[in-house]
Amino acid sequence: MSLAEPAALPVAASVPPRLHIVARFTTRFKASLPAYLLLLPSLVFLALFTYGAMGRVLIDALYQRATPKAPLRFVGLDNIAAVLADPAFTGAVINNLIYAIGTAIPSIGLALLFALALARTNAVTSALRAALFLPVLIPMVAASALFLFIFLPNVGLLDYYIGRLLPVLPNWLGDPDIALYAIMIITIWKNAGYYMLFFLTGLQAVPEDVMEAAHLDGAGPLMRLRYIILPELKPTFLFVVVIATLNAVTQVDHVFVMTKGGPSNATNLVLFYIYQQAVEHYDIGMASAATLLTLAALMALTALSFRTMANREGGA
Amino acid sequence: MKLIDALYKDAPLATRNEITPKLGFLLTVLLALAWLIPFLWMGVATLRPASDGISLMAELMPSLKPTLDNVRDAWEIGDFPRYFLNTTIICTGILLVQFVTITLAGFAFARLDFAGKTLLFYLFLMQLMLVPVLLIVPNLRIIAQFGLYDTLAGVMMPFFASAFGTFLMRQAFEAIPTELEDAALIDGASLIQRIRHIYVPLSLPSFSAFAIISVTSHWNDFLWPLMVINSPDKRPLTVGLSVFTTTAEGTQAWGTIAAGTLMVIAPLLITFLIFQKRFISSFVTSGIK
Repeated sequence: MSLAEPAALPVAASVPPRLHIVARFTTRFKASLPAYLLLLPSLVFLALFTYGAMGRVLIDALYQRATPKAPLRFVGLDNIAAVLADPAFTGAVINNLIYAIGTAIPSIGLALLFALALARTNAVTSALRAALFLPVLIPMVAASALFLFIFLPNVGLLDYYIGRLLPVLPNWLGDPDIALYAIMIITIWKNAGYYMLFFLTGLQAVPEDVMEAAHLDGAGPLMRLRYIILPELKPTFLFVVVIATLNAVTQVDHVFVMTKGGPSNATNLVLFYIYQQAVEHYDIGMASAATLLTLAALMALTALSFRTMANREGGA
Repeated sequence: MKLIDALYKDAPLATRNEITPKLGFLLTVLLALAWLIPFLWMGVATLRPASDGISLMAELMPSLKPTLDNVRDAWEIGDFPRYFLNTTIICTGILLVQFVTITLAGFAFARLDFAGKTLLFYLFLMQLMLVPVLLIVPNLRIIAQFGLYDTLAGVMMPFFASAFGTFLMRQAFEAIPTELEDAALIDGASLIQRIRHIYVPLSLPSFSAFAIISVTSHWNDFLWPLMVINSPDKRPLTVGLSVFTTTAEGTQAWGTIAAGTLMVIAPLLITFLIFQKRFISSFVTSGIK
């Protein structure tokens, strides 16, 4: 260490570790490079259509045009406030809540019944399972085309066979008090067979010897259902509830085909509201604000259910 | 009741005489029959001659003079061959690209160690929750920016990456013993060669499970193509059917609607009836798609 070059000292002392970190980072990156290249194609599309789209919604929700031709201007949270103040939106949210509860509970209940009845595998149960599963496969639009006739006033299938028993024939899709429930019937018909599959899988985990032991202790079928089968199926229930909720928000094709949200907004659901704002009113700001609110609600719900699931696994 | 008893003859001896499970079974049989009624009506109405009039349209007893007039009308009014072609192009295009993206990404997650693996894994996982159909508005704007509005490629593109498929392939690849790969490594096989000749051939069941889920869901997709497609000749089956239904509903041509619906769902139903077990097991894995 010569006195002639003291200034070089601190530099010389600090460079090696910095180089070291950079070097370690590059080796780590070089080692990871093949994996990044393999992930690249997927990441490009995720970046564009999932995360890019999320960013787009966030930004679009902050801008608005005074008239369709006017330039965009920043309005902050005005769009969100406008959506929340729009009776059509709050109405759609309430409809969607009724629709979610009114479709999830019956279809999950039926799915459980079907699974319990058809748990044993033989030719008869396989045929019945297939019959119940058929609606799952067909497009919602095709189901709507069939149910349009089923619900047709006077000459439709429902009125032809059941309507005769009623004093006054209801106008299934035309009466604002009934239309939403008519729409729900289609969803239940279409989804029960799907949820049945998960319960069938879940039932395989119920140990046969425990069931027999319970029977020997005098537990009847309902007792066994209550104390052995249902506790065993808890994770399946949670899982199916999440899927049913997602479906209640995303599976709304029949509203487009059958009622267009009417009569008097009685069947307007959130996704249809978003579609109307974007496509019919060309109001991207409002559509984005509504999308943002829906995404936030769904993500909170999913996070909650994942936490419940994680807690259960930790505890078990 | 005898018949039901026969079905329960392999149940544990002690529970064989219980009545509640049998009542549940009976109820399920009745509901399964009710579940089939829309399909039954579709078949009967398709074959019913127009001369039967509107008042007999709901009759579930088949007509004694069946006719194919409705099928012919539906075929002529709707542009179904074109719709079929478009849906087939969309489903095939999506599936082929997905096969590439999910194989590569699935392999990276299954077999490679890299910086930021957990973070990237969560980035994929999030896609399962951010259901694509909710992002129709921003995605339509992105598609329009790419100049893909009103094109089939625009319908396909948002689905090219699949988190569900990636996880399915990751699971399949993890189950393959590393010894097989080591042998190929000694012979000097490159990464892509190992994926192509070892991992892919051994994971065909997972590919077919994924194909079933992917094709059924995009065959049935409605809202997204409805937003992207504007020209009538680019409509997929679902959008075509909804337009067709609206037109035929105006003239109360219910037999024609039934025939059109039958044509749209027949390919899926026939494939399902042939590969029933495959379909069911695939749908079980599809819980989080």
